[in-house]
Amino acid sequence: MLVKPRMPKLFRSLLLAGAATLLAATGAAAQETVKLGLVAAMSGQSAKSGEAIVRGLSIAIDEINAKGGVLGKKVELLVRDDESNPAKGVVAARELVQREKVAALFGGLDTPVSIAIVPFVNGAKVPFMGVWAAGTPITRNGAAENYVFRVSAVDEIVDIALVDYAVKKYAVKKPGMILINNPWGESNEKGLKAALEAKKIPYAGVEKFETNDVDVVPQLTRLKQAGADVLFMVANVAPSAQVVKSLDRMGWDVPIVSHWGPAGGRFSELAGPSGAKVHFIQTYSFSGKLAPKGEAVLAALKKKYPEIKSLADVTPAVGIANAYDAMHLTALAIAKAGSAEGPKVREAFYGIDKYDGLIKSYAKPFTPSNHDALGPDDYIFTFFKEGEILPLTN
Amino acid sequence: MLVTSAIISGLGLGSMYGLIALGFHVTYVVSNTVNFSQGSAMMLGAVLGYTFAVTLGWPLPLAVALSLLLCAMFGLVVERALVRPFAERGSNAWLMATVAGGIVLDNAVLFTFGKEPRSFPSVLAQKPVEIFGAGVYPLQLVIPLVGLGIALILHLVFHRTRLGKALLAVVQNADAARLMGINVRLAVAVSFMISTALAGLAGLLIAPLFNVNSDMGTLFGIKAFAVAILGGITSAWGVMLAGLIYGLVEALVTSFFGSVYTQIVVFSVVILALVVMPNGFFGRAAVNKV
Repeated sequence: MLVKPRMPKLFRSLLLAGAATLLAATGAAAQETVKLGLVAAMSGQSAKSGEAIVRGLSIAIDEINAKGGVLGKKVELLVRDDESNPAKGVVAARELVQREKVAALFGGLDTPVSIAIVPFVNGAKVPFMGVWAAGTPITRNGAAENYVFRVSAVDEIVDIALVDYAVKKYAVKKPGMILINNPWGESNEKGLKAALEAKKIPYAGVEKFETNDVDVVPQLTRLKQAGADVLFMVANVAPSAQVVKSLDRMGWDVPIVSHWGPAGGRFSELAGPSGAKVHFIQTYSFSGKLAPKGEAVLAALKKKYPEIKSLADVTPAVGIANAYDAMHLTALAIAKAGSAEGPKVREAFYGIDKYDGLIKSYAKPFTPSNHDALGPDDYIFTFFKEGEILPLTN
Repeated sequence: MLVTSAIISGLGLGSMYGLIALGFHVTYVVSNTVNFSQGSAMMLGAVLGYTFAVTLGWPLPLAVALSLLLCAMFGLVVERALVRPFAERGSNAWLMATVAGGIVLDNAVLFTFGKEPRSFPSVLAQKPVEIFGAGVYPLQLVIPLVGLGIALILHLVFHRTRLGKALLAVVQNADAARLMGINVRLAVAVSFMISTALAGLAGLLIAPLFNVNSDMGTLFGIKAFAVAILGGITSAWGVMLAGLIYGLVEALVTSFFGSVYTQIVVFSVVILALVVMPNGFFGRAAVNKV
């Protein structure tokens, strides 16, 4: 009885609040800004990756806006959480495109989410810029009019680089694969097998495991018994850490050459000291001697985000660096198109000649047959030391 | 070595499933209802333990005791708010209400505890010992012992003590039990508190082998329910043994056929087992007289 009279009041205030927000949104918008959307994991196990992407995009947007924005308007970023869930990612992408009318979308860390968004953006004719997810079919999606671009690693090329590294560093004879059981793992299984085939190297076996597997010993024992001398690992932070812990328990000291999954969070803490044995691929590192552009971006990051105190706080650098370069390239394309219309922007991506970026100097980064701005020469190998990602000198 | 390590992995995981499944058993035998947020209660135990022991740096025994107490309080809330209002009306909506309660808790933890998985260090999970050529953390040996110990205690309490018989009387005929002077509401509430405390204990035990995060309990909750049904939910021993068997089958299938087949084979076995033995391995068709 006490509760009843209060309910309508609560509803009323909720309604009012909702209406006020709507009014504010429609009133302020009036297309004074060029809106860009980001769909990435802002919560859940990969939340740190979303944070890194937002930081990279924001630093670039600040620079762009300081120079007057694009098309004479300021750039505005709208962020949506996909919770690493493909269905939620598609809903968010739809909302950003249809309601917010974003000029372009940026994607997050999860390949399954990006793969789910690809058909929608190609249908809606809105450029979709991948800044992390490396799944090969994201950009090579077979669409007649492909709106998906990427400034990040590509599984197929990463897999070649992983095999090359294992040959050069460990003289691998018979590697084993320990892969996460999802489309990302699948994509790399294909890539790794092809890369090994090309080098005529046989493999000991392929084992899959789940994100929430506590114990990976049975899978690893199979690989050990099959005579694996190097492990190729493809999984995100927490499951990668479970592999390292299981190896510790087995007492099996085997080199691990990994995709960049461990970079997305507190790998050092989760995996323990043996985490340093994992050598994984990156596109960029803020450690060591930086080029002037790197110094400038790092300084801007520290200024904008006071919680960044050491280099351990700018891991994973890939998210920041890829997003930073991707935002500048997208702004260049929109400026070149002279319009925020999807088809024109897509054409303009092909027209970008040169951009002096953070990761490298891009020359003709995109062509109709290549939507990936980074290639095999742009990868570096790194490892974790006390929470910081350090480059390995080969 | 393949078999040894599979057996040890399997028994360790299996006893975790068993512990959570015992929680399903306890509420079922007392009230004919179960708490589908058991997985979340497990997560709560691990998250609270981490917060007290690691973040706040309190002594471990205090952290464990307080975590279990709070997990029990969660069980009380589940019973009062999500089960009793429906069960007393004869409605089955508690089923969905407890699922929803678990999702609410998972998300509340996501926003308060944080998004990233954290590591829960333990002296029992640092240096592996070698058993028949397979490396094992001492904690992996402790877990089955705790599980079997608790199954034994539950068995003795339900079958040898007045309290246990009083609790079992509730499910047979709540009105008659009430007339006999048994506090039915208290009995049901206590069973839910025990149930979530057991799940919390499972969470605390698994955390050092795994990590602590807000959705760590989901898969465990599902597997534990399968285990509870397989074990014939009415028998504490049955549930614990079913947990161990489930864990063993899981690890052995992975070892011999490869991980790709694990879930397919294990859950097919679950379905098959239920077809052959509708009351589970150790269940009885009806509750026996007490």
